[in-house]
Amino acid sequence: MLQQIIFIAVLAVVGYIVWKKARQIYQSISMGKPENRTDQPEQRLKNMLLLAFGQKKMFRNLTPAFLHLCVYVAFVITQIELIEIITDGVFGVHRFFRPFLGGFYTFIISFIEVLSVLALVATLAFLSRRNLLRLPRFTMKELAGWPMKDANLILIGEIVLITGIFSMNTADMQLHQGEYGFLVSGMLMPLLSGFSETSLHVIERFGWWLHILTVFGFLLYLPYSKHLHIVLAFPNAYFADLSNTKGKMTNMPRITQEINLMLNPSAATDAPPPAENERFGAKDIQDLSWKSLLDAYACTECGRCTAACPANITGKMLSPRKIMMATRDRMEDIAKAKEQNGPDFDDGKTLLHDYITPEELRACTTCNACVEECPVSISPLNIILELRRCLILEESNSPDEWNKMFNGVESNGAVWQLPAEQRLTWIQELEQK
Amino acid sequence: MSQSFHVPLMADLAAQGEKPDVLFWVGCAGSFDQRAQRITKAFAKILHHTGVKFAVLGLEETCTGDPARRAGNEFLYQMQALTNIATLNAYEITKIVTACPHCFNTLKNEYPELGGNYEVMHHTQLLQQLINEGRLKLKDGGAFKGKRITYHDSCYLGRANGIYEVPRQVLEALDAELVEMKRCKSRGLCCGAGGAQMFKEDEPGNKHVNMERTEDVLQSKAQVVAAACPFCNTMLTDGVKYNDKQDEVQVLDIAEIIAQAADLV
Repeated sequence: MLQQIIFIAVLAVVGYIVWKKARQIYQSISMGKPENRTDQPEQRLKNMLLLAFGQKKMFRNLTPAFLHLCVYVAFVITQIELIEIITDGVFGVHRFFRPFLGGFYTFIISFIEVLSVLALVATLAFLSRRNLLRLPRFTMKELAGWPMKDANLILIGEIVLITGIFSMNTADMQLHQGEYGFLVSGMLMPLLSGFSETSLHVIERFGWWLHILTVFGFLLYLPYSKHLHIVLAFPNAYFADLSNTKGKMTNMPRITQEINLMLNPSAATDAPPPAENERFGAKDIQDLSWKSLLDAYACTECGRCTAACPANITGKMLSPRKIMMATRDRMEDIAKAKEQNGPDFDDGKTLLHDYITPEELRACTTCNACVEECPVSISPLNIILELRRCLILEESNSPDEWNKMFNGVESNGAVWQLPAEQRLTWIQELEQK
Repeated sequence: MSQSFHVPLMADLAAQGEKPDVLFWVGCAGSFDQRAQRITKAFAKILHHTGVKFAVLGLEETCTGDPARRAGNEFLYQMQALTNIATLNAYEITKIVTACPHCFNTLKNEYPELGGNYEVMHHTQLLQQLINEGRLKLKDGGAFKGKRITYHDSCYLGRANGIYEVPRQVLEALDAELVEMKRCKSRGLCCGAGGAQMFKEDEPGNKHVNMERTEDVLQSKAQVVAAACPFCNTMLTDGVKYNDKQDEVQVLDIAEIIAQAADLV
């Protein structure tokens, strides 16, 4: 009874905190500009099933894809056991599903146990890829400090979780002389032979609480971690850009409006007035599309984008992963500042300049390699291009060489400062031959 | 069998009340850059030789606005786009071919929102069509017989527009040995020119992007790098020269390769 009360109290507190944080993240994403991403629901659903549920793009790299699949499948299937654990905890019962499912129950738990072993192996492999093999994309400078700890913390949590499951199941099997017939814990039973019934009960309870408390801890931690992708990868794939023309930039109808006004001032009355404070391009969070903001929260900092980025490969400051991390950091900082100082508080900082520098932005070749690599349909390029627009259109902040190119285009219609008549040179040469 | 021929200007054709089957959009690189002019001429020869009824805008063509747009200058981009669309629409152009993937991407994907709707082809697509239809015949055992050729994917053709196979299929028409670089197709490495990088110095780093890509080229041991973009062409040519390999590795546009193989140069 006492355990039951404690459990329900913990569940309620965890639920409340998670709900509050989820609401803040939703509000942060809602700060973004509207963009319609709800057309073609069937295609979107398919995209979500293939990319998020089916992990399609992970398979561009086979080794991490397989390891990730082990953890992912174990995670998904273990939810069955988690439902049982919560039911047991709330109603003070033991293995609630077993009487209903019989032999099938033995199968499911054994299956979960096998998957847990695979997940354990994968977790150890992940830990060594980060800490022993030190793969380049896990040791880049933007991961120094907290992001690297974040990744390791989750992996260690994974091991704790699996330890919990096996302590619980093995002790339970020993208590019932193996009558449950679980596959892996059955093999682990000799480890607990000779333990008294009381000790076995303690171990079983320890495993049970360890597992569920780790899950609760995980839930509380998730919104602050790169691991939020386990939730947001799904909506992110659903709302992804469905076109197969990644080269198309988003249009700016307000610029068209301005040009039309310039060319035809009498049309002024037809144009709707621009929204207050609307900027050309993006300087801060509220100037970006809400999808770019969802992208930032869905990013798991895997670094496939950065590893493929030509600018990063050649030592430039730009890292597409850092662009996503900076965007999320900015949103979190705004939320924190507003919570402390009221909703109208302005910390005087902006995403552009304070979090992302012009040097980073100017190194981008717009090659789309980062967009292509992302397993969960994130586009760092959208953010880069919107910030570049702000630099030029709002701040007239442009390298001299670009100004020359702009001048050439403006005055001669050519990217070089050459007389327009030279457009005919090749024709004259061909015709004279 | 090189001979001179007349390159029809759109204005002249329109004055005669005629319409071309396709407008050849030459682009700034193809018009002004001496190296790229050779690509333009090679492609024009192919068009002329195969009897494609084409025309160019000549002095009426101006920059599509792509580099200005990618640099962030949306205002200049739209000024260019609206001017060009007015010209194209006045001539009732329906079909455009271009040898520049950047012009291709902008004309095809970005002009429709501003009122310019055309069927836009990259020159490799038209080359493939001409070869498939038997209108363009390559000489047996031509200049590229048995040569080791690698194709460098242009970002604006590949990832930006999903065109990976067409240029390769054009090269398959040659009796050559086609090899891939370690980074190819959707994983192809940029040449370093896109996003208006062509028009400024690199940001501080430890290497130029074209040098990184040239290493892939040299590693492939190809004798010819086939490019499908005038900017990639410049970047790779510079990279090969920097490595002092210009005698071993030729950087050519697919149009130049096909024109040579068809004995049109």
